[in-house]
Amino acid sequence: MQNMGDAFGLALQLVFSGDADLLEVVMLSLQVSLTATTVASLIGLPIGALVAIGRFPGRNGVLIVMNALMGLPPVVVGLLVYLHLSRSGPLGFLGLLYTPTAMIIAQTILITPIVAALSRQVLEDLHAEYAEQFRSLCLTKLQIVQALLWDARYSLLTVGLAGFGRAVAEVGAVIIVGGNIDHLTRVMTTAIALETSKGDLALALALGIILLVIALGVNAAVQSVRMTAAKQAYV
Amino acid sequence: MQMKTLGAATIATLLAGAASAQDQSIIVQSTTSTANSGLYDYLLPMFEEETGIQVNVVAVGTGQAIQNAENCDGDVLLVHAKPAEEAFVEAGYGTSRTDLMYNDFVIVGPEDDPAGVDSMEDVQAALSRIAEDGALFASRGDDSGTHKKELALWSVAGVDPTEASGDWYRETGSGMGATLNAGIGMGAYVMTDRATWISFDNKQDYEIQVQGDEDMFNQYGVIPVSPERCPSVNADAAQTFADWLVSDAGQEAIGGYVVADEQLFFPNAPSN
Repeated sequence: MQNMGDAFGLALQLVFSGDADLLEVVMLSLQVSLTATTVASLIGLPIGALVAIGRFPGRNGVLIVMNALMGLPPVVVGLLVYLHLSRSGPLGFLGLLYTPTAMIIAQTILITPIVAALSRQVLEDLHAEYAEQFRSLCLTKLQIVQALLWDARYSLLTVGLAGFGRAVAEVGAVIIVGGNIDHLTRVMTTAIALETSKGDLALALALGIILLVIALGVNAAVQSVRMTAAKQAYV
Repeated sequence: MQMKTLGAATIATLLAGAASAQDQSIIVQSTTSTANSGLYDYLLPMFEEETGIQVNVVAVGTGQAIQNAENCDGDVLLVHAKPAEEAFVEAGYGTSRTDLMYNDFVIVGPEDDPAGVDSMEDVQAALSRIAEDGALFASRGDDSGTHKKELALWSVAGVDPTEASGDWYRETGSGMGATLNAGIGMGAYVMTDRATWISFDNKQDYEIQVQGDEDMFNQYGVIPVSPERCPSVNADAAQTFADWLVSDAGQEAIGGYVVADEQLFFPNAPSN
């Protein structure tokens, strides 16, 4: 258990010494996971909205599949992306394997179902509330989707955070498609895996603590945006 | 507006990712022991300064490294499983294989030494004793170079440990470090390469108990991936790297890498 004490000390030391390598790894983690969250939102929110308001045959099946895909194992996503981006795979000519772009692609695939499935539930509940009003205004589907997305924006921020949390915490996918290359594709989770395998448990734990603090910071930033916006809305 | 900025940032990130893969850089598909022991952190800056070629290391087990290289996802292969390496070259995936350096395998165990193998030199006898005693033994179980070597040693000792898999023989299916962590956690014997052991930080009460047998020799080889089989490889840079490793300068650098007052790798490339 002495590792715990060491880890907290080491985490503080790393942060306050302004370690350049650590900063690089932290920045790449944020860059990859925030980009993946953005792309996943751009894809997942419209899908969630369309399924929420749509009534079509096979809709229940789509719902089940969407919800099930929230449990996609990161390693499997990593393998699938690897097989496609590998030089001998169909997209090998792009030369994307072992780049941050490959990691963004893998994380996007991993969290798009989360964004789609959760936003579908949020928007469907809201739609049930607004449906009559929408009908009386004779809105088009597109206008309905826009209105729903706008009115649910704060709940959807939480949906985005759920996706971000999954992305920034996973290691299985990025270690396969990124390769954990120093100064190129090393992120917080793969660095933690590496230090664990070197038996430097205190350093691994220290990095884990820093990762948690970063996740806390991102959540706090979103929360403050939300509160500021809410305050302005009532002025 | 905000969405647009985010979109632009996304595209910029994607482009930056694609661009950083180019220039003069190579990917080395490597075994974990050379990476975990810090050898590359010591070696690569010298090579990069001399040639300007950036070397990116993907450290995985030997089995996976070879598989990745066969998929053309690396420019150089640096592993330690001679028969598999020779098969790789024979199948046309690599241009040629050169002996690079060696160290040795050791068996580490807990201080109370349940099977009584401490200070043994004869690895066959030690393994037989562990098997007879049914003492816990943690194996990589991941088709890595170390795993292949371990299986070969069991076979020479006339024991099929996989019959006891899940009983006293525990296959972790993971890397050297993870297997050491697991083995130490359950009080099992573990076979590891010496370099990983020396630089491993979570030793607890474990120490080297079996060492010195000729059969525990661990040879590393280097192979540039064949541009005929994989047109995408950076063949010139890969050859430059392989040549530098086996050159006097590279060999001297390898021999000069020391952790905790111990030399981890012993250069033995054929002199040209």
